[in-house]
Amino acid sequence: MSRPHVNTRSALAKARNHGAAGSGVTHWWRMKISSLLLLVLTIWLLFAFQAMSQADFSAAREFLAAPWNTCMALLFSWTLFYHAQLGLQVVIEDYIHSTWLATTFTIGLRLLALLLATLCSVLILQVALNPSAAGV
Amino acid sequence: MSKQQASRPLSPHLQVYKPQITSVSSILHRITGLLLSAFSLLWVSWLLAVYSSATTYDSFRQLLQSWPGKLLLLLAGWALFYHLMTGIRHMIWDSVHMLELDSAKRSGWVIVIGSLLLTGLAAGIWL
Ligand code: HEM
Repeated sequence: MSRPHVNTRSALAKARNHGAAGSGVTHWWRMKISSLLLLVLTIWLLFAFQAMSQADFSAAREFLAAPWNTCMALLFSWTLFYHAQLGLQVVIEDYIHSTWLATTFTIGLRLLALLLATLCSVLILQVALNPSAAGV
Repeated sequence: MSKQQASRPLSPHLQVYKPQITSVSSILHRITGLLLSAFSLLWVSWLLAVYSSATTYDSFRQLLQSWPGKLLLLLAGWALFYHLMTGIRHMIWDSVHMLELDSAKRSGWVIVIGSLLLTGLAAGIWL
């Protein structure tokens, strides 16, 4: 008896990663995790805003150079641009119907987010490592 | 249009679709997401100011304390509070809670009014 096409993969394995986006729930998960992180970091942002509301230049540098603040500022910068890039990608996919144009925009967007996150990191670390001296 | 196409349901046409708290609070999540993405440049500018010099830092502060600057901060603050609250609602919805129409309408109003109240409170403290 010949049974040529026996597929041993389970129904779940066959369905996995083949949704409309072609990548399963990956984007959704990243959005959730980055949202939760931003939720916490936004509370730090409000705290920083309060601390900065009266601060002059040297006080602002000192604030940013305190280890926990340096840490939160870095995490905020990374999560902010990560979440924004993921979110804007969805907006692009919704409104730009040409696949190659949407892909081009998404790649450009990712590079821009990477650039801005890196810029923020460099600025934060420059201040943190040398709080008493001005940069330029 | 083929017969088959003609018999398919149409999605709501925005020009004739009556705005409701459910649809308005939904599109505002997207609009505030876009606004916040643009306002991320405020964070970058602040870091640049703190990095560069006392003179730059002072003029940046003065810019934010002028009335257009304050208006910008007010808008940024509202967008942040609003998006944060609808963001939490999205996560509650994803856990299959509060999805009934009544509940969705109520949370919509809570978020619209709550975000305005929080913005007013923040403005009272900081502006
Ligand atoms: C602070 C800077 C933030 C920026 C720049 C930002 C930006 C964005 C953008 C552009 C979108 C896409 C909107 C859309 O698809 O319609 C989005 C979606 C989302 N944001 Fe944010 N966001 C920020 C903060 C937050 C925070 C604090 C939370 C958490 C409470 C959050 C939760 C979400 C969620 C859950 C979605 C996905 C909604 C969906 O599934 O359609 N965001 N965000």
